[in-house]
Amino acid sequence: MRVQVLYFGVLKDLFKREREDLHLADESSVGDLMTLLKGPASAQAGLWKSIAVAVNQEYVQSAALLHDGDEVALLPPVSGGLKEGH
Amino acid sequence: MHVAITGAVIDTARIMDEIRAGADGAICTFDGIVRNNTRGRQTLFLDYEAYEAMALQQMQGLANEALTKFSVRDIALVHRLGRLHVGESSVLIVVASAHRGAAFDACRWLIDTLKKTVPIWKKEQFVDGAVWADGEPFPEEIVPSSELQK
Repeated sequence: MRVQVLYFGVLKDLFKREREDLHLADESSVGDLMTLLKGPASAQAGLWKSIAVAVNQEYVQSAALLHDGDEVALLPPVSGGLKEGH
Repeated sequence: MHVAITGAVIDTARIMDEIRAGADGAICTFDGIVRNNTRGRQTLFLDYEAYEAMALQQMQGLANEALTKFSVRDIALVHRLGRLHVGESSVLIVVASAHRGAAFDACRWLIDTLKKTVPIWKKEQFVDGAVWADGEPFPEEIVPSSELQK
């Protein structure tokens, strides 16, 4: 199956792209996809633990199964609204 | 209910006028503004970007949830994207209610929850470099919990 992966924020800089199509084995889960992508981002272990994943614009857990044509977004911790600071 | 993501300047006065109604005893407004520094480091501007379709859907969900949770009459929730300079508004929340307590509570809950769950990010441009702002940790129920994350 094929899924479209979207990268946002710091992940866009890290992966040097905004989106890409990936071919995955059928029955792959969100966790499988994250394991696959973790390689290039392994230097960012702290960040990787803190990201959320959305499939077709809904937050999902890593056990969720992917389907052909899904839009999978990798979301670093969000920072909308105003700035925090000290 | 008025929920929007915009690239234009947020017109606070107009949005407040539009929401006002006879049944309201209170209108509580939160205006999030670009500050001129972070931890003493001078800010030039912020670039906001979003996973826009999802962000809008999440904002609509939050506004609906707040209407029910706090029993307020109406809500406006607007976030601006793109390049914002010091002193400009990035987010506007307006809550109209019969009583002030619910309006304050809903307003506070909306900004606190938006900052944790709505997929919007900002890159901060300082005089001496740029960084993606540290986000707030996602609520536990959102981060994929898995052995692979160890």
